[in-house]
Amino acid sequence: MDVLLLLGDGMLLSLQPLNLMMILIGVTLGLFIGAMPGLGSVNGVAILLPVTFLVPPGSAIIFLAAIYYGAMYGGAVSSITLGIPGASTAVATTFDGRPLAKQGRASLALVTAALASFIGGTVANVLFTLFAPLLASVALSFGPPEVFALMLLAFATFVGLGGDDIPKTIFSICFGLVLGAVGFDQISGAPRLVLFDYNGFLQGIGFLVLAIGVYGIGEMLWTIDQTRGDVTATTPKMTVKGMASDTKEAAKRGWKGTMIGSFLGFFVGVLPAAGATPGSLMSYGVAKMVSRNPDEFGKGSPDGVAAPEAANNSASTGSMLPMLTLGIPGSPTTAILLGGMVIWGLVPGPRLFVDEQEFVWGLIGSFYISNVAALLINLAFIPVFIWMLRMPFTILAPMIFVLSITGGYAATRDMFDIWLIVGFGIGAFFMRKFDYPLAPAVLAIVLGPIAEPTLRQSLLLSSGDPSIFFTRPVAGPITVIALILIFMPLVKVIRRQMGKRKKPAS
Amino acid sequence: MRVGELLTAGFLALLSLYLMWKSTELPIGYIAGTGPGGGAWPFWLSAIMLVCCVCVAFNWWRGTSPPSQSEEPVLDSHGWRSLIFVGGGIIAFVALVSIISMYGAIAVFLFYYVWFLGRHGLILSLSISLITPVALFFFFEGAMQITMPSGLPFTDPVFNFLYEIIY
Amino acid sequence: MKMTKRTLLGMAGAALMAVAPMQAAAQDWQPRKPIDFVIMAGAGGGADQIARFIQAVAEQEDLTTRPLVPNNKGGGSGAEALIHVSTASDPDHTILVTLNSFFTTPLRQENLGIDIQTFTPVAMMGVDPFVLWVHKDSGITTFDEYVAKVKEMDGEFVMGGTGAGQEDSIVIAYMSGAYDLDIKYIPYDGGGAVAKDLAGQQIMATVNNPAEAKGFYEAGDFVPLLAFSDERMPAYPDVPTIKEMGHDFSYYNQRAIVGAPGMSDEAAAYYQDLFTQIYESEQWQGYLTSESLSPLWMDAGEQRDYWALQVENHQSLLAALGE
Repeated sequence: MDVLLLLGDGMLLSLQPLNLMMILIGVTLGLFIGAMPGLGSVNGVAILLPVTFLVPPGSAIIFLAAIYYGAMYGGAVSSITLGIPGASTAVATTFDGRPLAKQGRASLALVTAALASFIGGTVANVLFTLFAPLLASVALSFGPPEVFALMLLAFATFVGLGGDDIPKTIFSICFGLVLGAVGFDQISGAPRLVLFDYNGFLQGIGFLVLAIGVYGIGEMLWTIDQTRGDVTATTPKMTVKGMASDTKEAAKRGWKGTMIGSFLGFFVGVLPAAGATPGSLMSYGVAKMVSRNPDEFGKGSPDGVAAPEAANNSASTGSMLPMLTLGIPGSPTTAILLGGMVIWGLVPGPRLFVDEQEFVWGLIGSFYISNVAALLINLAFIPVFIWMLRMPFTILAPMIFVLSITGGYAATRDMFDIWLIVGFGIGAFFMRKFDYPLAPAVLAIVLGPIAEPTLRQSLLLSSGDPSIFFTRPVAGPITVIALILIFMPLVKVIRRQMGKRKKPAS
Repeated sequence: MRVGELLTAGFLALLSLYLMWKSTELPIGYIAGTGPGGGAWPFWLSAIMLVCCVCVAFNWWRGTSPPSQSEEPVLDSHGWRSLIFVGGGIIAFVALVSIISMYGAIAVFLFYYVWFLGRHGLILSLSISLITPVALFFFFEGAMQITMPSGLPFTDPVFNFLYEIIY
Repeated sequence: MKMTKRTLLGMAGAALMAVAPMQAAAQDWQPRKPIDFVIMAGAGGGADQIARFIQAVAEQEDLTTRPLVPNNKGGGSGAEALIHVSTASDPDHTILVTLNSFFTTPLRQENLGIDIQTFTPVAMMGVDPFVLWVHKDSGITTFDEYVAKVKEMDGEFVMGGTGAGQEDSIVIAYMSGAYDLDIKYIPYDGGGAVAKDLAGQQIMATVNNPAEAKGFYEAGDFVPLLAFSDERMPAYPDVPTIKEMGHDFSYYNQRAIVGAPGMSDEAAAYYQDLFTQIYESEQWQGYLTSESLSPLWMDAGEQRDYWALQVENHQSLLAALGE
């Protein structure tokens, strides 16, 4: 009961006029930060930190929650309208969001994303309120072998993602994984794959560098070439009536994905090492698996937008759980938040949840309110985003290039990365021409640096014995399921290919 | 397309070989008691990449993949032109960043694209290429506190003046 | 039209510059641009927390005319940050928050060509001691029990840390050598992950800065066994030091601010003054106490000597590690 009272206090605090204004400003700012390729909630929260000294801590927390939610909603906007995932959590949103936008149904995609995000966030908040301490102990039981098993499971969903050309899909996955290994070997601490012995590669190749190169430059060049620079895509229309019917359609065709994403995303997000990216990817895969028309996925299915969007919002809220209950950051954003707590004079750690209830529940209360505010503001801005799409392509295209370059620089503040973006972009253009799917590479560069160290940490733990992945009570079942999922479609495909080969022969 | 498919596969195979060779700087085998060495992960993955390239070449020979059946050129004259003008424009844009600052380069690039490639009116082109960098300046430097490259020292007076406004 | 605007701005700027030198003569050097505040670690680690705390103090007390802009460059054990700072185009506006990888990384990777003596000393904000922790469920309560347990497990005792050549691995290597311990060491990518896996008992012990383990200590989950400081720490008065055990060893992580190579004397003086003010602020002194950092204030000349000494110490420590 106490908890509900404290939660209620937190919500009431958020509804005071000054704080409500903070929420509106925060959500709007967050929405635009999230919509910029390259910028995300990390940047929003980082700029806020020094300000926390200037306002009362209560308002600071609320402002922070607002920026956080705004940025999470915004991530979908650039995935759908520009086709550039602004963060690794939004890659899966492009799979179906982009095709919908190209069909002139951007508003349907945006409305679906907003509603799914709202439900994902709300489900996560409720689960958080009810089960926080219990889930914290689950999170702790995940050591390196369990995390690796989970990564295997995420890879299993890859298999269904690629194009029809299997060697090219596998090439793309491996390419992403190898790029993720550039920089330093975490286990031995030695420099690794410093290509051409150029020092710039010591810092590794970030996800954003590859994603912005592939989507912001490569995909754009491909579109320009394909359409002869004259894109006369169906002009998206925007009316109040249209939006109402979009809402209906989104609810009808996206509820399944939303439900899957909300729950699956939360549980994956709670695990400190994993985070929102595998959560959104796995939700997409599961939504496709259980869908009645899986062929629609990748061609503009509202379920395909709803699942990853619900999952990444839900997972981002989930990643707050290890931070608040254990003092362990689950993502870079929560890491900066932890720093903020130290500045406010709080001690992050397991005692926080017990000793600073007012702070914890105030924060969670403001999550509920910010989530509602983010939904309303996002819906209000959809016409603006649609209007952007109506710009002539010869103005929109250079704008996208400019946003890609500036966003890429803002993310790492290194000119070398900008050159890499351009290089990847031109390379991606040619690979795209020859039907190499690139989404697997972009996702692999995120998952590889989690998978490889956990694999090797596990083997160090077991003195080189790989059975550790099968004998541990949590890791074992996950590994087995993952392996089945990986090999099932492969067997199916090989059979089909064999069948194909036989036919022309006979 | 047919030739291009094989050339691409060949190029990617060379890349895989280079990555394999580079990975051997660290141990690539299975070290008893500790698991795979530091180079094993990238080495064996690059090896799979190489195998994939061989498969692509095999499919090319059998003519089963769409690009290996297509007789269309990879890029026709229009394609080449747009790639050189747009791709070259982006490269020039990035090269200009270290000379006339990020914002200066944005202005030049936008003007080039909108006016020269897009054939829009002079007034429209100029206003887009001037308003965008100014808006981005206030967004990045003012709101986000992210400093963009300011180019060679001769741009300093302009930036000092602008910083005076926002701080 | 574009030219005129540029020229106008330029002229206005030039006019401003013409006035500026007179002011500058009156009130010393002032930053003209946002200050690139480079952090030798990724977001969220101990060094990052300290940098952001410093930034917040500067902001709150309104100490600088231009903001300190945190810039995380943690790649390659700080190699990324060292390269970035030593090639900075504007050394007067580039400063670096360092930890001990400031000494170890140039030693371990000579091909970087970094000579730390070319950097400009600014301020030593404090040093962070190290403590050996175990989980309370392990039943170990003293260092002697710990040594007995490790010997009993014969190479199966698992400790976590932030990687070969990192601060904690140096401490663990010394301890193993001194007590003839055979430890299985698992490298992680950050102090937070190490603390989490100790809390989940995936690993059995760690060597961490008190700041990273404090939350779990206060909750009663972690038990401190041994401190690697010169004297017993005020926050952990019952924890013996390795010096008391008869080994002349202490190890601290430095939390220092240095300027880019080639920084002008005026700028260096400005930053030294700035960080003296931050150091003396109530907030920073409170932070030192609450996070168990030891004060070790030094002037610029002393810092250079300290660097030389540390490089020498680390050379022998790394040599002992087999690096």
